[in-house]
Amino acid sequence: MPNISREEVAHLARLARLAVTEAELDKFAGQLDVILQSVARVGEVAADDIPPTSHAVPLRNVFRADEIRPGLTQEQVLAGAPSVEDGRFRVPRILGEQA
Amino acid sequence: MSLSTADLLDYDEVLERFDPVLGLEVHVELSTNTKMFCGCPTAFGAEPNTQVCPVCLGLPGALPVVNGKAVESAIRIGLALGCEIAPWCRFARKNYFYPDMPKNFQTSQYDEPIAFNGSLSLELADGTVVEVGIERAHMEEDTGKSLHVGGATGRIHGAEHSLLDYNRAGVPLIEIVTKPITGTGARAPEVARAYVTALRDLLRALDVSDVRMDQGSLRCDANVSLMPRGATEFGTRTETKNVNSLRSVERAVRHEMSRQGAVLVAGGEIMQETRHFDESTGTTSAGRRKETSEDYRYFPEPDLVPMAPSADWVEQLRTTLPELPWERRKRVQTDWQLSDLELRDLVNAGALDLVAATVDAGAAPDAARAWWVNYLSQEANSRGVELAELPISPSQVARVAALVAEGELTNKLAREVVDGVLAGEGEPDAVVESRGLAVVSDDTALYAAIDDALAAQPDVAEKIRGGKVQAAGAIVGAVMKATKGQADAKRVRELVLERCAG
Repeated sequence: MPNISREEVAHLARLARLAVTEAELDKFAGQLDVILQSVARVGEVAADDIPPTSHAVPLRNVFRADEIRPGLTQEQVLAGAPSVEDGRFRVPRILGEQA
Repeated sequence: MSLSTADLLDYDEVLERFDPVLGLEVHVELSTNTKMFCGCPTAFGAEPNTQVCPVCLGLPGALPVVNGKAVESAIRIGLALGCEIAPWCRFARKNYFYPDMPKNFQTSQYDEPIAFNGSLSLELADGTVVEVGIERAHMEEDTGKSLHVGGATGRIHGAEHSLLDYNRAGVPLIEIVTKPITGTGARAPEVARAYVTALRDLLRALDVSDVRMDQGSLRCDANVSLMPRGATEFGTRTETKNVNSLRSVERAVRHEMSRQGAVLVAGGEIMQETRHFDESTGTTSAGRRKETSEDYRYFPEPDLVPMAPSADWVEQLRTTLPELPWERRKRVQTDWQLSDLELRDLVNAGALDLVAATVDAGAAPDAARAWWVNYLSQEANSRGVELAELPISPSQVARVAALVAEGELTNKLAREVVDGVLAGEGEPDAVVESRGLAVVSDDTALYAAIDDALAAQPDVAEKIRGGKVQAAGAIVGAVMKATKGQADAKRVRELVLERCAG
């Protein structure tokens, strides 16, 4: 039976870059537990001979020809960026945030 | 806690106490026209963020479609590595927050790689053959390029902010992963380099990538761990990234062995982490703490349908495989009648392609080999460049060889012609002309020089006439001197003897 701990919720929140308060950890642990239990029920019904479904449509091998198609201009690409420098997206420094 | 990177254990001592285990992950960018999941171009060096679209930027609502050519290349690579091809496989989302992927996940393959369980055999410089197992080759997309600004330019540490160019995001990538490579001992760094070299040659022969390590189209991550000698349980590994040349692969592995050795001998623990290789110092430094695969929360990509390469398709692709490097080496050895040593020298000099191209341009194999493996290799060494980077082409070398074969040039003159070409003086014929290097093949001119020499040394002339053939050497020498070395000594000797016989 699923039983998700506060620590696991905290870890998931960190991976998803979400700031979660102590109170929320308890709350989300409870809620996520309900979801996991519901999902676990499906596993009880599905026998070994029923493979898990990842796609609802029975399509295979949908491929595209290797032909160039027009994309966006640099101006369009950067139009929604909060910060831009030298034609590039400017973001806070990458490493060190987890240190 | 950080461990000093300055502490290194003497390499011999590392080997006395530990056995190294290697795992190499090579990423190769395919040379398709377009990206893995969209029609954006993949050309290197474009203005930043000009080869992007809603799909590779991960804009809401955009849907990816797999590039069929990339799948074809992946299967061909798998086949060339002796892998099994999965009859059914899917893409998966690898979730992580890092600005190099604007989607916040990378589309990759997880537990269903398209190719798995193969091997690549490589030959070390002394002829030792090492068989490296291939765990898998899977398809994924490349990430964007980050430029770290502030502090030491371009380096991650000390950077104040980062700039992102997504032109590379979504370029088709094949990741080829080895099984653990054990039992290589002192030769681990050499094996790592030989593996990447062999893989590069294979990918080049397949014509699926331009395999330029300097441009990042072939990249190697080196996993290294140490275990006490005789142990069977692997130690904790580190993964060194940013290894951008064949030489760096070797240096990075060697350095990491010495660094880990020092940590372990001092009673410390190896952190499972990503490390960055610094070309200038040959050392590695700690990077991001490795997330476990659980942390990536992989799941099957819902926006892409499964792939199921039919047996027919796979077999048809098998017929498109070119002559592979090891087959080619065997054929060349037979065709050119080379000893094992001669073949090895040729391969080690990196001259096989160049010699083959020179032979194709009309030169005799021996002559072509002599030029590239001996004379031009030395020249490349002294200039500190790769053989192929010398400013002389196989067809130019073939032309020089032809001039020698026709008797227009002596070997000595031919070297001067080659020097002229290398110095940018133009085509071989132009150098012959401008430097005045043609062999004096006009017998009339030679007779005149011979008569002068005989007249100048009447006693020698007398000896030759008396049957002392070996005395002719002095006259030949004098003639060669008079023609500034531009006569064919053998021909001069014939003419001297003829003159004295008459």
